Amino acid sequence: MLKVLLSRLGQAALVMLVVSAVSFVMFRYVGDPVATMSRENASVEEKAELRRSLGLDQPLLVQYGRFLTRTLRGDLGISYRNQRPVTQLIAERLPATLELVIVATVLSLALGIPLGVLCALKPNGMAARLVQALSLVGISTPTFVTGIVLILVFAVTLGWLPSFGRGQIVSIGWWSTGFLTASGLKSLLLPGITLALYQLTLIMRLVRAEMIDVLSSDYIRFARARGLPSRYIHFRLALRNALMPVITVTGLQIGSLIAFAIVTETVFQWPGMGLLFIQAVSFVDIPVMAAYLLFVGLLFVLINTVVDILYAVVDPRLRARSA
Amino acid sequence: MKTLASSPGLLFRLGAPVSVILAAILVMILVTCALMASWIAPYDPTDLASFELMNAELPPAFTAEGDTRFLLGTDNQGRDLLSAMLYGARVSIAIGGGAVLLAATLGVTLGLLAGYFGGRVDALIMRIADVILSFPTILLALLVSGIARAIFPGAATAEWAPIILICAIAIHEWVQYARTVRAAAMVEAAKDYVRAAKVIGLPPWRIMLRHILPNVMSPVLVISTINLAAAVLTEATLSFLGVGMPPTYPSLGTLIRIGNEFVFSGIWWIALFPALALVILVLAVNVVGDWLRDRFNPKLRVKR
Repeated sequence: MLKVLLSRLGQAALVMLVVSAVSFVMFRYVGDPVATMSRENASVEEKAELRRSLGLDQPLLVQYGRFLTRTLRGDLGISYRNQRPVTQLIAERLPATLELVIVATVLSLALGIPLGVLCALKPNGMAARLVQALSLVGISTPTFVTGIVLILVFAVTLGWLPSFGRGQIVSIGWWSTGFLTASGLKSLLLPGITLALYQLTLIMRLVRAEMIDVLSSDYIRFARARGLPSRYIHFRLALRNALMPVITVTGLQIGSLIAFAIVTETVFQWPGMGLLFIQAVSFVDIPVMAAYLLFVGLLFVLINTVVDILYAVVDPRLRARSA
Repeated sequence: MKTLASSPGLLFRLGAPVSVILAAILVMILVTCALMASWIAPYDPTDLASFELMNAELPPAFTAEGDTRFLLGTDNQGRDLLSAMLYGARVSIAIGGGAVLLAATLGVTLGLLAGYFGGRVDALIMRIADVILSFPTILLALLVSGIARAIFPGAATAEWAPIILICAIAIHEWVQYARTVRAAAMVEAAKDYVRAAKVIGLPPWRIMLRHILPNVMSPVLVISTINLAAAVLTEATLSFLGVGMPPTYPSLGTLIRIGNEFVFSGIWWIALFPALALVILVLAVNVVGDWLRDRFNPKLRVKR
């Protein structure tokens, strides 16, 4: 058990080291920090002085070590564009993205599970075929197109919902939420649906596959033979067991949803981390890009590692296999 | 861009349902139209003299205020939208195809090396693949194009955009090829004909290319079809986000980006028609790819 834990943590540390190295290389070599920070007509001596004071004349490994210690202390530098600490910028944008991701996850589960069950129970029915065909259309439609179409219909033509921004937000400590006001909730709706649709197909297909798998197992056949009502068999016995992997995948997908929110946030001008990142990319704001990469990388590694370790704790077979 | 999607006759012999064959024919028509854009487009959208600002934002010909000269209306600069879309589709397909080609070459090579040599080579390549797979395509692609932007000065970025895009997309897609080819190559490498080839002293590169490669090609072609659809979508997404093709040489994604700025003023066609073309193209390729995947190897089913 301890062996699994250690090897998993070692792997996670390795990935984070790679991510931080990429982030450091970007920081250090993409664009010249001295040129960015010094006055326009600085002399050669002044530049050399600045270089020394920034520690850029030190050996590479020493510089990387310093970068790591600074990062661990939460100091990720200052945005070239906003001239503010990057950590602060990200903390400000975090609630917007997380709320969007929460709404999208809830929506996609609420729709995806029933649709998946429907497809599994009557795989050859009209409804199931229609849903299957629509899911292929769903995969083929890029998120930004869904967003634009939703804006065209519900914001421009019908005028029911706002098409950009977060509406009125309420601050609770450092967290700002849109859940507490009517306009905040209305603003969450369109971007939430757009992001949920990206996730919906995946959940639906997964529920369908798991459900078909479980329905053909012995204990379900036995339950049928006992004459239990099919409603009880399908929803109390089968669905519960089919949902375990769905919950895992949904958890794992939260990282990807945060990254994918970049597109949704751009379409709806949603002031989250994704919009911050995409603006950083187009303005070549390296500190923000590097910090976002580190942050999302950390999130991914964290989620993956926790899930793996939990699996090993819950399922003894996995322990035996990897040991 | 040698994908199975482009040969309906072959699909027919394989016993594909009508919907799949129709999709394959649709892909062929769309690709042909895009490739022949310079002959069939009514106007040349790259020729500055051919369009004037006076004609800007004209609605499609079939609406009440439409102009019969422009079937699908005009964009914000007075370009004929249909012509811009044909040229744009050509750019999208070329970049998507280029990315698939690069990813396949890279992935097949690394997969063969990993599968044939095993040991440390295998461990190194597969560890890199694991790290790459733990990040979503879009994030990696944005990162690559962000770094490229910082390296190339402003004007050069536009010139290099297609190459940057191809690399940005391929950096994620090669992993799938590498994993599949590695698994297949490991199986093949243990077989008698490969052992015989080793015994007669053929060099490793020759065994890999001439003996193993032909036997692992069919999953590669299947993956390529699905990846082509994914690559076209990623390119469109990057262009939409403003880090892809420049407006002077637009892809379908760039056209949608331009159109998006006009959606609020009720000018819907600039965004909607290119979006429709994109969805139809990708959907048709996906219909064929989905069927191929189930037909050839049910185990290839991956999430999205």
